[in-house]
Parts: sequence; C-alpha cells; structure tokens
Amino acid sequence: MTDTKPPAAAPEEQRPPAEETFFQRFMRELTGGSILVTILSVVLALLIGAVLIAASDPDVQDRASYFFSRPGDTFEAAWNSVSNAYSALFTGSIIDINEYTVGRALRPLAETATNAAPLIAAGLGVALAFRAGLFNIGAEGQIILGAILAGYVGFGWHLPAGLHLIVGVLAGLVGGAVWGGVVGLLKARTGAHEVIVTIMLNYVARFLIAYLLTTAAFQRPGASNPVSPIVDDSAQLPRFFDDSRLHLGFVLVILAAFGVWWLLERSTMGFEFRAVGANPNAARTAGMSVSRTYVWVMLLAGGLAGLAGVMQVLGTERYLTSGISAGLGFDAITVALLGRASPWGTVAAGLLFGALRAGGVPMQAGTGTPIDIILVIQSLIVLFIAAPPLVRAIFRVRVRSAGQPVAGLQRGWGA
Amino acid sequence: MSAQTLAAPPAPTGQELAVRPSWKAPIAFAVLALVALITFGILGESGQTSTFGISTGSDAWQIDPLALSSQPVALGLSLVCVAVAAYAAWLVRAGQAVPVWLTVLFAIAFVLAFLVWAVAGEQISFTSLLQGALALSVPLVFGALSGVLCERAGVINIAIEGQLLAGAFLSAVVATLTGNLYVGLIAAVVAGLLVAFVLAVFAIRYIVNQIIVGVVLNVLVLGVTNFLYGQLLAPEAATWNSPGTLPRVEIPLLNEIPVIGPVLFEQTIIVYAMYVTVILVHVALFRTRWGLRVRAVGEHPKAADTLGIRVNTVRFRNVLLGGAVAGLGGAFFTLGNVGAFSREMSAGQGFIALAAMIFGRWSPLGALGAALLFGFANNLQSVLGIIGTPIPSEFMLMLPYILTIFAVAGLVGRVRAPAADGEPYVKS
Repeated sequence: MTDTKPPAAAPEEQRPPAEETFFQRFMRELTGGSILVTILSVVLALLIGAVLIAASDPDVQDRASYFFSRPGDTFEAAWNSVSNAYSALFTGSIIDINEYTVGRALRPLAETATNAAPLIAAGLGVALAFRAGLFNIGAEGQIILGAILAGYVGFGWHLPAGLHLIVGVLAGLVGGAVWGGVVGLLKARTGAHEVIVTIMLNYVARFLIAYLLTTAAFQRPGASNPVSPIVDDSAQLPRFFDDSRLHLGFVLVILAAFGVWWLLERSTMGFEFRAVGANPNAARTAGMSVSRTYVWVMLLAGGLAGLAGVMQVLGTERYLTSGISAGLGFDAITVALLGRASPWGTVAAGLLFGALRAGGVPMQAGTGTPIDIILVIQSLIVLFIAAPPLVRAIFRVRVRSAGQPVAGLQRGWGA
Repeated sequence: MSAQTLAAPPAPTGQELAVRPSWKAPIAFAVLALVALITFGILGESGQTSTFGISTGSDAWQIDPLALSSQPVALGLSLVCVAVAAYAAWLVRAGQAVPVWLTVLFAIAFVLAFLVWAVAGEQISFTSLLQGALALSVPLVFGALSGVLCERAGVINIAIEGQLLAGAFLSAVVATLTGNLYVGLIAAVVAGLLVAFVLAVFAIRYIVNQIIVGVVLNVLVLGVTNFLYGQLLAPEAATWNSPGTLPRVEIPLLNEIPVIGPVLFEQTIIVYAMYVTVILVHVALFRTRWGLRVRAVGEHPKAADTLGIRVNTVRFRNVLLGGAVAGLGGAFFTLGNVGAFSREMSAGQGFIALAAMIFGRWSPLGALGAALLFGFANNLQSVLGIIGTPIPSEFMLMLPYILTIFAVAGLVGRVRAPAADGEPYVKS
C-alpha cells in the first residue's frame, strides 16, 4: 500500500464489479485506498486552511490594499500569519523546542495523547459499527450517557480505592452501551434507521444532562452554574506525570483498540459483524442472526463511546458539565473515516486529530488564530479522503487502489 | 422498514397506507389519554383558573381574556382524548385505518388539556404564544422543505444544519457590507446553494456516501463560520456584523383578524416567502410533470432512466434547489429575527428540521405541520419556563426528538422514505 510508484505497465484501476453497491464501493475506497491519498488530503486541507488564515488576517488585508504597488508586502504578511499559526500548532502538539528540559519539551506530546484518548475510544465505536454496515452518528449521546453514569459513581458513591475506579469505568461503559443498544434494538425490531435514531438520541442526551445538572443529586453544592461535584480521588484515572494531564485512560484506549482488532479479525462474533456489514441477506442465509448482530454491535460501539465519556469525566475534566462531550462525538466520526474504519487506523487518526486539538489551544492563545480552523482542516481532510478521484485530479497522480475491499451494504433511510 | 411496505406505491400526501390497520395508534392514544385524564384532570389543582389573553393592544376588535376553570376544563379535554382513543380502537376493530384528522384532533385536545393544566393560576397571552411559535418554526419549515426537495429526488440531505448556518452567516455579512438587507437575502440563497453544490458534487459526481458528506459538511460550515466570526465578525462588528432586521410588513384587512391576523400577517418578507414556498413545493411536487419526474427519480431511478429522464441531472438540480430554500431559511436567524450573526446560531435546528421532514412523511404540508408543532413545543417550553411549571423545560425540548424516534420506529403511524433515498444512481 505504501508503494506509490505505479508499475511500468500498470493496469488501469480495477473496475468495480457491476453489482457493487455504493457502500461497498465506499468501503473499498475507505479501506483499500492508498496512504498517499491520505497524505495528499492532509496537505490539501492544510493548504486551504492556510489560505483561510491568511485571507482573514487583518494585517494581510491592510497590505493587500496596496497589493499592486508592493505585492511582496502582502505575501510576507500572509506567510507570517500562516507560519506563526502552524508553528504554534506544532509546538503545542508535538514538541516545544524552546523548553530547556526534555520533560517539558515533550509535554505537548502528552497533551496530544490526552486529547487523542477519548477521540480514539469514540472513533473505535464508530468504526466498529461501520464494519457491520451501521452508521453510528450517536457517539455524542453515548459519550454523554457514559460520562453521566461514570461521573455519578465518581462523586455520588464513596467506595474503597481501586474498587471505586473499576465500578466507575464499568458504569460509564454500561451507560454508553445502553444508549447505543437502544439504537441496535430499534433497528433490529422495527427497522428504524440508525442514523435518524442516533441523531435524535444525541439531542435527548444533551437535554438529559442539562436537566440532571440542575437537580440536587448532580449539582455541586454552592455552585450557581450547572457543574457537578469533583469526582473522588479514588475514582480518578491516575495521572502519569506531575505536570501533565496524561492519564491511565490512554492505556485503556490502546487495550480497547487491541480488543476491537481481536474481535474483528480473530473472533466468531467479529466475523459475523463483518459478514452482516458485507451483505446482511447473505449473512442471514448463512444462518447468522442479523438482528442479534445489530444489537450486539451497537451495544459494543456504545460501550466504546461510553469509555470516551469515562475518560472525559474521570480522567481529563474530573467533573461533569453539559459540555462534557466537547464535540468529541462528531470528531469521532471523522476519526473513524480517516482511520478507514480499522482499529489501528483509528488510533493513528485519533492521534492526528488529538494533536490538532492539543495544538489549537496554544495557537489561539499565542497568535489569535481561532481554534475553529481545526474543525475546517479536519472536515476538509475527511471530504478529500472520501473522494479519492478528486484528490487524484487535483494532484494529477495516479494512485493504485490496493488491498482487500471490505464490502459493506448501506441502503437509504428505508433499509 | 418492514417487508410489507416495500411493495407499497409512492406515498401521496401523508395518507395511511397500512395494509392491515395497526393497533399501535389506539394503544398509544389510550396510554396518553389515561395520562391526561389522571395528571391533568383528576390530579389537577381544583379551584384554579387558567387565563388566556386573546387580543393584543392594537387589535381593532378587542376580545376579553379567556378565563377557564382549570380542573373541569382539563378534565373535559382529557375525556375528549379518551373518546378519540375509544373511537380509534373501534375503527381498528372494524378493520379500518385511523385517519389523520383523528390523530390531529387527539393532539390538539391533549395539548390544550396540558396547557390548561400547566397555566393553572397564571395568565399567558395566547397570541404571543403563537407568534413566538411561528418565529421558531420558520427556519424549521425552510429546512424541512429543503430536505423534502432533496430526498424526494433520492439524495439524503443531512447538511440542512450547515445550509441554515451558511445562510445565516453570509446574509448577515453581505447585508452589512452592502447596507442592503435584500441583497443579504440573496446572499443567503447563494450560501445555501454553495453548500448544496458541494453536497451534490460529492454525492452525485463522486458517489461519496451522502450521509458522510452531509455530516462532514455540517462540521465544515460550523468551522468556517466560527473561524471567520472569531477572526472578523466579533472584533469588528460594525464593519462585518450589524445588518439590522427586516421590517415587518402588515397585510391590510387580514391582520385585523383576531389571533390569526397578528400572528400570520404582521411578519417579515421571509415569512411570507415561506407561505409561498410551502404551497409552491407542494403543488409542484404532486401536481406537475416536474414533480412526477422528481418522485420517479426518488422512487425508482432505473425506471425513470428508461423513460428518458436524466436521473442525476434531476437530482443535482433538486439538491441545489433544496440548498437555496434552506439558505433563505438561515437568513431568518439573522435578518428576520436577531439582527446579527452569532456563533453556532443554527443550534441544531437543522436536525429538528430533518426530524420535521421525517415526521411530516416527506411531504411539504406534513413537514409544515411537524415544523409548526416542534416550534410550538419549543416556544411553549420557554413560556412555561417563565411562569414556572411542574415539567422541567428540558423534557419539553426533548419532545420533537422523542416523537421522531417513535415515528421512525413505527410506534405511531408509519413513515416511509422514498424508495431510492440515499442510493446513488450509476448508469450501467
């Protein structure tokens, strides 16, 4: 896949079989496309982001008013604006070369991992559902439910150290799994389309947490704004370093990625997931229960998103707010797409987007470039990745589609 | 969707197509009627009055506020609910489907019973309640119409949210820069078109999954508008973000009608455009050759292609048309209501619009009804929040979403998408 040089007599791209459904085609592009397309997409997205940063910079605009007499000034200002923003992004997420000790220079990297952990967990949930042919747009709601239950165990119950953390994590997993499982159950029993149900459940979850934070059981005593008490020390995911927020959640998430990989590639259940994703009718004919698969896959996907909620409330933030999901649910979709719905791809994509999140904060503070540019770059990356022909046309490269297609079936609302 | 509906012909305007009448509707009615009877009627506080203001100060005919004795009236309305549930059960037993008007009657009786119960001992203005409801419904109606236009042609439009937001943003900026609100309206249409164009190119030309493009476009528009807001609009609001609001145009005579007049006919041009658009889309979709073609493309593209209809061209045009409609709806946030753009202004309304479209069974009039219902629930929630009620406002806000889940799960009636919705057409 990494071999980007086309062979001398490269056959034209294999034409997809005529019966291929569009989701199969999409999954084939998603899983079979070359790494080159990914890299080019990232480059293209960063370029467009750069244009946006430069064009909206007041300094650049001032100099552009006399562009025709001194064009160099405009370009210089544009270069400064873009390079300042992107270098702040880099030093904020990878390595800060202005720091003197190795530990402090690498602190941005720990921050990247902290941001990446919930993204990967939720992204795994979305990716797992993808493999069974389901669109899990509902990571947002599942994160919130996971955070509600984990948080409540964290500050509402007072258990011995060790046990407290385990119960809290399990509660979060259950919360997410229930919110996801409802979707699978409705899909299996009534045929309700999972995209509609998950979108709706996201909003139900948002209003639910907003309501809970106004009740006596959840609101921090003495606080006038809707925040919960801080979770007990015994329920917090332990942090590795003194001056970094990096916590045990990152290890959990790597274990989860391994678990998803094992499930999909090595277990009977994972085989059934993939079979149903490839062709539910064939899977049914082969004696698999499609309904049961939908319920299980959504339970597991919800549980993974719930893990992201656990990490937010027991690891990073340590108390509940109505913004606990912090847009992770929608970023998780882009992470899963960028990771081409494979467990390790999702980990890599989660690290990239975690780096963008981590670097965005110091970038906004240091250069005044709004952090929202991250959203633009992320969504552009995914758009370009989803349409490889477009990227190829822009860069005029020929990319060989390689790898085994992961077939999937996706029909419209009515399916 | 269950197998038995697959063979059903294309749905006309929201008619019940069930082969065998289902017991779900009577059962749902009975449960809700029982809730109404017990909570609003029997357990309601006795001796309280609920007062509803009817006229506004400027009306030609003044009508005194309506003071109702809370508990008996709520009880009476609950009994109407019970009667409707019983009639529905009788109909199903006799092998007939539950007609739409019965559902509407039930909904009205239930909502009124709730209202009388919730307002017990207080006073609210009925007219301003409806005015607020309409204001909250306008973007929903435009968004839902956009969804209808796209999905009837077989393209799923999850990007309604992004189209609304883009319309709101560009209309505010352009109206401020040009100093002309009507140029701002045109800019809103252009913004919606742009988002729809990207959707159409990716979904139809590059055959990327429509749901994915939609989701990603929403994030993209959110990112771009937030970024530009932080970079330009917030620091220099005078140059970029002070468009002001469109004037309210009173329609003579019609605005003198009590209650309805001030609500419907003292509005901005956007609202009048909404009335026209709903009727136009409905007539065009169900009464013209163009509409027949669009629906054919959405239901059975291969058959349409065989008859010489250019499937992807029809789809492309409809997606653009839908984007334009949603963009105009986005202008209501800024030019029609607030008079300035703010971050994440559409606040999920695009998704409620999507819900309204589904709840309205992919028909323009149905979408209008659902959007008005959702807008009403939303406004009721804020009005009741002010006077204080037993029900937390968050639960009222959840209502549209929960109703939609019930609708797609087939618990109340049955909704069915156009058969080829979401499936790209590749000529073989």
